[in-house]
Parts: sequence; structure tokens; C-alpha cells
Amino acid sequence: MPLATVLIAQTSPTLTVSPLPTVKARKGSVAAVTVRASLPPGFHANSNKPTDDYLIPLTLKWTGGPLEAESVEYPKGTMEKYPFSPKPLSVVTGEFSIATKFKVPANAASGATAQNGTLRYQACNDRMCFAPKSVPVSITLEIQ
Amino acid sequence: MTSFRSNLRLAAIGGVAAIVGLVACSPAPPVKTAVKQDAARKRAPEFALKDANGKVVHLADYRGKVVLLDFWATWCGPCTVEIPWFTEFQRKYKDRGFEVLGVSMDEDGWKAITPFVTQKKVNYRIVLGDDKTGDQYGGLEALPTTFVIDRDGRIAAVHVGLAGKKDFEDAIETLLQAPARPSGVNASGDRSNRAD
Repeated sequence: MPLATVLIAQTSPTLTVSPLPTVKARKGSVAAVTVRASLPPGFHANSNKPTDDYLIPLTLKWTGGPLEAESVEYPKGTMEKYPFSPKPLSVVTGEFSIATKFKVPANAASGATAQNGTLRYQACNDRMCFAPKSVPVSITLEIQ
Repeated sequence: MTSFRSNLRLAAIGGVAAIVGLVACSPAPPVKTAVKQDAARKRAPEFALKDANGKVVHLADYRGKVVLLDFWATWCGPCTVEIPWFTEFQRKYKDRGFEVLGVSMDEDGWKAITPFVTQKKVNYRIVLGDDKTGDQYGGLEALPTTFVIDRDGRIAAVHVGLAGKKDFEDAIETLLQAPARPSGVNASGDRSNRAD
């Protein structure tokens, strides 16, 4: 018998990723894409460089599409103190951006296509933590 | 409510281009749950989970003892605050019929758990949780979630999120002072079977 009735629901916060405009990518060039995301007030996620090895970092992985990610630049975490940690933690809160530079192959097929990735994060508030989640991210590309 | 690993699967197949819905929610205050009255206690769901040595552990193995059942993970900061308390409780109350049982919800399993419990000098048994057990215990959306179970295998208190050390100790003391019921008799006086 599930014990939902004895628990007070604590809903996991959902990361919102803003819609991305179509990216026009010229063959043989570098295309820059910025993914903008936000967490609800009162919640934080670990930055890409958490202060403890046990913590799960924010990561954006590009897993499918014609482009090759050259670099992913994460937001610098802010050092925040929480009741559960004796030392400040490197976290992201509110709105933040992740910038990716893609190499567009010279032999890429022209036309419309998509580049897909996954944004993984693990959120907490000041008293509890929530399961790591992965959010799909997709870019519409116009390769010229 | 879905379990941790189910949540991950759902997120992965959700697949809506770049947008996911925003669930408006805000941090909740700490949840303080007093020990429930005898008649209001529900039976803690049975489980069979493996410890670090591969031994299958059933909750029923602890019948007759007061059990602090802690769902936690190595990546959960608030959990790491409570773990030293639980280690102290294990030492302090063990001889009076009390046990702490930690259920780790780490996706990486023992690879993540073993170095952590060694570093933290955890002195109580840890088992690796699974989706089924998480669902049975209400979905476990947030960690830590801790159940204090009486000698008859019934849930006497629940804490979701970082709780107070004294809240736990008060519950443990209260339950240790209460005698166990005659074997196999539930709160209604009925003969009961193990809830497998």
C-alpha cells in the first residue's frame, strides 16, 4: 500500500528551458548557441563545478545532430550558504545561461535539421534535495 | 508520485523540444511529525533489499525493534547532516532494541555509497533502494525522508526533509518505552501476516 497519505507532498522543482530560436549555421564555420534556463525561487542546483565530489554537477551534453560541440561554457556558480552545509556551496539559482560553440562541418547537408542534447541537474532547497533530472534540449538548425 | 528512477525515465522520454513545464512550487518548512497515536499507525511496507555484502534484508527482520528507516543519497546535503545523528542513535539505543536502517537511493549504487559510508563512519546497515520500494513509501520525491517504525512494524512518525535531532530522539524514546504487542497481533487485534 503506497504511503502517499502519510507523506506531505514535496514537489520536485522543474527547470524551465527557454525556447531557442532557429540557428542559421554556415558550413565550415562556428555557431554559437546559448541555452537559457531557470529554476523556481527558493531552489538551487549544483553548478558544473560543485564544491563536493558527492554532489551532482549541472551538465549539458549534446548527443545527436550534425554539429560537433567544441566547447560548453557553464555559468560560474555563486557560493551560497545553506543550513545543511558547514561550508558554502557552488550553485546556480534563478535564471542562468549555458553557451555552446558548435563546429559546423564543411560537408554538412544543407537545409533544416535539429541538434539535440540533455541538460542534467540536481536541485535542492534549504531543507531537502530532489532526484537528479534530465531535461531534453533541442535546437532547430538551418544549415547553409 | 513517481520514484526517482521513474522520474528520470519520464524526463528522458518527455522530449518536448526545448520547453518543459514550470511547476510553481516553493520551499516547504521543515516537517515535524509527532509520534502517531497507536490506532493511527499504518504498517510499514515490507521490502527485500540487498546490503553491501549482497545479503537480502527484509524489514520484517527487524520486527520487535524500533527502526529508524532513512531514505537518503550521497548527493543529498541535508541527508549528510542527519547521518551523524543516526550513527549516534545507533550506538546509544542499540542495546535497547533499536536499529537504524539506511536505504540509499543512489543511482550509481555501491560505487557511490561505499566510499561515502566509510568516510562518514556509518555504523548501521545500509541497503540499496529501488523504484518499487520508493513507490511503496510514497514516491520519495524529496530526500531525506525518514520513517520511525515501532516494534510492531508500524509507522509511528515520518520526517520529510531535514528534521530536528531532538524530534527523532523524542520519537525513539517514546517508542522504546512502549512494549511490543504479542507476536502476530496487529493494532486491531487481528492476527496478521507479514506484508510481502
